[in-house]
Amino acid sequence: MQFWIIQTLNSVAFGGLLFLLSSGFSLAFGLMRIPNLAHGGFFMLGAYLGATIVSVGGNFWVAVLGAGLGVGLIGILFERLILRRLAGNVQGQVLVTLGVSFIIADLCLMIWTGDPWTLPAPSELRPPIRLGGFAFPTFRLVVLGIALVVAAALYVLMDRTRLGAMIRAGVDDMEMARGVGIPVSLLFTVVFSLGALLAGLGGTLGAPMLNAYPGLDADMLPLALIVVILGGAGSLLGAFVGSFAVGFLYNFGIALFPDLAYFILFLPMVLVLVFRPQGLFGRVAS
Amino acid sequence: MTRRLVALVLVAAALLAVPLVITNEFYLNLASQILIYGLLAVSLNLLVGYGGMVSLGHASFIGLTSYTAVLLLNAGFDQLTTALVAVAFSTLCGALFGVLALRASGIGFLMITLALGQIVWGIAYRANNLTGGDNGIRFAARPQPFGVDISSAPHFYYFTLIVFAVALFFIWRLVRSPFGAALQGARDQPRRMRMLGHNVWLIQWLAFVLSAFWGSVAGLLYVYYNLFISPHAISLQQSAETLLMAILGGASTLTGPIVGAIIITLVKNVVSTYIDRWNSLLGAIFVIVIMFMPFGIVPGLRQLWVRWRRRAKTERAV
Repeated sequence: MQFWIIQTLNSVAFGGLLFLLSSGFSLAFGLMRIPNLAHGGFFMLGAYLGATIVSVGGNFWVAVLGAGLGVGLIGILFERLILRRLAGNVQGQVLVTLGVSFIIADLCLMIWTGDPWTLPAPSELRPPIRLGGFAFPTFRLVVLGIALVVAAALYVLMDRTRLGAMIRAGVDDMEMARGVGIPVSLLFTVVFSLGALLAGLGGTLGAPMLNAYPGLDADMLPLALIVVILGGAGSLLGAFVGSFAVGFLYNFGIALFPDLAYFILFLPMVLVLVFRPQGLFGRVAS
Repeated sequence: MTRRLVALVLVAAALLAVPLVITNEFYLNLASQILIYGLLAVSLNLLVGYGGMVSLGHASFIGLTSYTAVLLLNAGFDQLTTALVAVAFSTLCGALFGVLALRASGIGFLMITLALGQIVWGIAYRANNLTGGDNGIRFAARPQPFGVDISSAPHFYYFTLIVFAVALFFIWRLVRSPFGAALQGARDQPRRMRMLGHNVWLIQWLAFVLSAFWGSVAGLLYVYYNLFISPHAISLQQSAETLLMAILGGASTLTGPIVGAIIITLVKNVVSTYIDRWNSLLGAIFVIVIMFMPFGIVPGLRQLWVRWRRRAKTERAV
């Protein structure tokens, strides 16, 4: 019983983390029509930056913010200096993000070496919460809480603000959005860097569970891709549902069928692509 | 035409003379590697260049062929059966992958091939009992085609060269055939091709299968050359490198991917003896090529050549 409860909780917490990773990714994908293959690199960069800030004496929450802002800034630069120059060449943009992901991975290896960096959870969150005879890891619950708050904030942003309405318009029909005077290319920068910022935050928040290690980017990127393909690019609800679905599949897959975990993950993605290419909640065919 | 023939004969003579000129085993093996990756890149280019379908999972055919070959040989089958079944199985997987991937086009196609490549990689990585996991698995010995021993570097080079030449000839015939024209038509004007009564899906699927077949042949050469296969050989990075070879050299040409394979293989081997930042360099080449040389080196040079000739002609006329 303890196994199922703990695994369920881990799955939910991991799903929350995946939401931080993939919500911005999904919005950028929906709006700009490109999967940012450097997004896993952004997440890893966030984990390393956070671990570094803590190791030089910074507070954990300062590290989370610092990593988020740092990676967000890199996102702005990347979008403005590189992606912008390839506007209209979707294929070129995707390949450029792949090239940048190699560079990020290699520079991280150079700066932070091949040994994993551990980042302990903040001390006040380390003792587990005991409830009805079960011990729940507090930090994971907090991560889940943060993910839910971010989800709510993104919902309000997308559904209740002018900016959100403009982004939705861009996702639905970019030509028309441009035609009625929405500055779509400015939105590109905003959404892309928002995605990078969330990935950076997520990286630091995830570090106490996953550590920061070379290859973290390659482990996380496929998960983000799967979330977005399952949920549908550009759909916040899709990213939310997809994150938790993948959280469960991944955690229980690893715990129950370690040999087939990868297969269990990718199979639903292939099935969705084959039978519903726009994703479960998607508006745009990917 | 005669000029082309002369050039072809010269290139063939040069390729045949390589082991006579390069006696150093390391560099001769590098030449064999270039031929293997060249074939891999040319086979991918059937899809990318002629079909307009960008695949990020082509390295999976190295893995499917190599792992099948290793398992069959270990199970006691002879070399010929091993080779035939390995290539056939890998091509069959390619046929299935093609059905899945062609559900989408453009970025969707790219992502499905990426996912399929990752599945193959994941199975190789996780299924320890079968594949040896991260440690990889050894291929017992190179075959002896028609009783000829190909274990030495020069012999293996000639063996690879023969396979490469045959493959290139077939691919050259293919892209010049009506099928090749239909494939390029399906790339540029799928709607019109459909209106003309062509089955665009079938054309693209056949291209996928053929690309998988020649990729599998390259995979067989790969496992003969290395006598070893591990998940690193079929990672996303390998697929991306192969794609880069095709784009760098010029995806719209037959020879472009070979030029790309020469450059990437040389840079990789030479650079990695001096610095270990190969991945950064690979990424940087990727970014630079796509931003500043989107059509690749061969078309770029060809354009320069044409311009230069034209200028020379006008000068002579004056």
